Amino acid sequence: MKTSPAHIVEVRVLLAVFAALIMLTVVTVAVSYFDLGAFNLVVAMSIATIKAALVAFWFMHLRYDSGLHAFIFLVGVAFLGFFLIITMLDAVTYHPAVQTWEQSK
Amino acid sequence: MDMMVSSPTPPKSYLVDPPGLRSWLLTRDHKRIGLMFLAVISASLALGATFALLIRTELTFPGPTIVSTGHIYNRLFTLHGTIMIFLFIIPSMPASLGNFVLPLMLGAKDVAFPRLNLASLYLYVGGLIFFLLVLVLGGVDTGWTFYAPYSTSTAAPVVLAVVGVFILGFSSIFTGINFLVTIHTMRPPGMGWFRMPLFLWALYGTAIIQVLATPILAITLLLLAVERTVGIGIFDPALGGDPILFQHFFWFYSHPAVYIMILPAMGIVTEVICVFSRKHIFGYKFIAYSSLAIALIGFLVWGHHMFVSGQSPLVGMIFSALTFAVAIPSAIKVFNWLATMYKGSIGLAPPMCFSLMFIALFGIGGLTGLFLGSLVTNVHVHDTAFVVAHFHYTMAGGALMGFLAGLYYWWPKMTGRMYNLAQGQISAVLIFVGFNFTYFPQFIVGSRGMPRRYFDYTRLLDTHPEFTFYQILSTAGGFLFVGGLVMVAFVLLRSLFVGRKAPANPWGAATLEWQCSSPPPHENPPAPANVGDCYVFDDFCFDESAQGYVKVP
Amino acid sequence: MTESHIPNMQEGNDGGPDAHLAHHFSSPAQQYDAARLGMWIFLMTEILFFGGLFCAYAVYRANNPQIFVDGHRFLDKPLGAANTVLLIFSSLTMALAVRAVQLGRRRWLVGLLAITILCGLAFLGVKAIEYKHKWDHRMVPGQARIAYWFSRGETSEPLKKFQPDEAYVKERLAQAGFEDLDQAEYDQRVKHLGTYMGIYFSLTGLHALHVVAGIVAISWILVGAVRDRFGSNYFTPVDLGGLYWHLVDMIWIYLFPLLYLIH
Repeated sequence: MKTSPAHIVEVRVLLAVFAALIMLTVVTVAVSYFDLGAFNLVVAMSIATIKAALVAFWFMHLRYDSGLHAFIFLVGVAFLGFFLIITMLDAVTYHPAVQTWEQSK
Repeated sequence: MDMMVSSPTPPKSYLVDPPGLRSWLLTRDHKRIGLMFLAVISASLALGATFALLIRTELTFPGPTIVSTGHIYNRLFTLHGTIMIFLFIIPSMPASLGNFVLPLMLGAKDVAFPRLNLASLYLYVGGLIFFLLVLVLGGVDTGWTFYAPYSTSTAAPVVLAVVGVFILGFSSIFTGINFLVTIHTMRPPGMGWFRMPLFLWALYGTAIIQVLATPILAITLLLLAVERTVGIGIFDPALGGDPILFQHFFWFYSHPAVYIMILPAMGIVTEVICVFSRKHIFGYKFIAYSSLAIALIGFLVWGHHMFVSGQSPLVGMIFSALTFAVAIPSAIKVFNWLATMYKGSIGLAPPMCFSLMFIALFGIGGLTGLFLGSLVTNVHVHDTAFVVAHFHYTMAGGALMGFLAGLYYWWPKMTGRMYNLAQGQISAVLIFVGFNFTYFPQFIVGSRGMPRRYFDYTRLLDTHPEFTFYQILSTAGGFLFVGGLVMVAFVLLRSLFVGRKAPANPWGAATLEWQCSSPPPHENPPAPANVGDCYVFDDFCFDESAQGYVKVP
Repeated sequence: MTESHIPNMQEGNDGGPDAHLAHHFSSPAQQYDAARLGMWIFLMTEILFFGGLFCAYAVYRANNPQIFVDGHRFLDKPLGAANTVLLIFSSLTMALAVRAVQLGRRRWLVGLLAITILCGLAFLGVKAIEYKHKWDHRMVPGQARIAYWFSRGETSEPLKKFQPDEAYVKERLAQAGFEDLDQAEYDQRVKHLGTYMGIYFSLTGLHALHVVAGIVAISWILVGAVRDRFGSNYFTPVDLGGLYWHLVDMIWIYLFPLLYLIH
């Protein structure tokens, strides 16, 4: 652990993070008016992830915190990711069979 | 005077200090919370076992035996399953024995969040009340898995049951958070990660599963309740929903949940086998890491419950392969136990009897699990009594035996009374014989096509006239098994009245909880400055005057 | 973990024994570490709790992308954006509140917590306007049933079916270039639209419940702050409340583009 978990964050740092969050919100709304095809989702999720990281690292002090906390957070995300990917993989693979059945009704 | 008596007045035990019912109900002492958990969990076990006997009695003869229709039978096995899983096995070892033992073993004064711990107990009681309500209202008939779309359309009070399980889930999460934080932040200076008794590693792995898996169950049940009441079209195909999605959701929790059930049992068995072989554990780090491996790999195999659900063959193959992988850490543990016992000085006190039974029965349960993990065999025996036999060999033969081993092991510490060892051994024999007579015939009838969840097998008799014989055998075994459980209760409760006072260390164990008086005082004793190896037994000798083991310098 | 890396907490204000130290911890630093670790584990469970819904979202979006494009036409983008800004601002005030308590500035703490709560309430107000709008056009899944429960039940319970205001749905779809749908096409679209609205209400409803819980928790902290229970030597509840509030914000950061900004 490099620094104390009870780190006191500077006001200007917090304000800068806030400004970045608002700016990214404006960008993501603006982008949604353009059709980027498959990249719409990628762009929207990338921006959301940057915003979430800003919140986690500065507002939630993860940057100054015990690495264990970041690790726990990432473990949660990783397990969710695994759950999501496998379930999606399955659903996408069996979906054609469901469609065939629906059309045969 | 004896050398033993060194302190002028021994501190009063946690059982009477502080006195009064109110101090018990509002206690934040992990020892009392553990003991109260033990009481309510045992009541749930009795309830679940009652339903088990009703199921067995019905299946004894072809045709309706004690229930008139399948609808009633559906309710019986659903209640048996939900009660045994959510109210008994999942909280059994972590919340009762784990709660009592964890801080003592660690050398901590309590768990990290004692209030949360008490809240966990009351949430459990709340969940139990919901289940009793369901029982009064006639029970649910969905099976313990609550599969949609049947669960969204049946007339039974599914929402009540689901809310009950939801509350129990919170209870489980609170226990998990408490254990993780306690082990991380409250180890005394001398207790490094690899000084910890292996039971704590097992509880640590269990807690990881509890906090990672239970939230998914919570959201699943919440969505199921909303789907049932208003219809949001997520699980109900009539509304455009996807019922296979429900099964993914459900098993993402419920498969790891079987490791919530089995990991603490493995931890107990590890402790007991070392102590009663008087030998250092073989391969400490392998057992420690295999607990973590089981906790993690256990998350990757949920789809093997869904091989015939309409899950795609691609994902089925992935899950089948991963299922074989989870057998590896379990096998590591079994071989390490056997190596520990090799050339040990084995004593067959009741805890050891149950631990040996665990190895034998869990071995059968685990190996038949490999049959079920391979796709082709699975399709053949899916939803047959073979599956029932398999998971009872792991859950009842594994988790329940581990629980009983732990109960017999720590009972003198918890209550301060010794039970009659011979009677304990008889109960073990009864349970072992009864268990195998109950479930082994089900492997046979299952592999020959006896479906599970059927209340009447008359039509199968044309091709399989031998089924009645096996079913009678199974029912007789079931009564013997439950008789053995009753005997356990008798032996333990009897000790409270006529048992001799337990010494501090009746088994000669080296872990910290045995180094304080039995029962422990209200305030846990402070940890020694230098925690030694908790699997070295050479320093402990039996002392005739104390009727227990004492440490020789 | 338990080294004394929090000097201002180790000492206490007057050097005396720390009144907030529970009996089973050996130092305030250990107690603080434990509380924060517990909170982070709890936050992880929250991620997985919402994760189930994100998974449902992903599965339906992968298999039926059209229903999400259809569905988002019925949401109000400006209101969603306004709510995003509100929550981000409240996160800022919460982070500033944690800073204020760490520096022992009680009046700042009280003021910032109050602003955070007001933002939370405003968020719920905007959400209520959106929900009301959906209700007026019968866009709520199971709306007939919900209405029936509140109508003291004169008729039998209606079936679970998504039956939105047909004229409204057709108007919105026409704006998107889907005019003159025949009945079969319309039925198919509406059936899936029901699932989208189901996911929308589940996600935002669950999130709104968390906002309510956050407001309750911060109000409790506010009461403590007014009574001067927190200071630079003891601020664990403010810190933990802040972590929870930021997580709620973080989830909304994902919900907004996933639900409102689909192309």
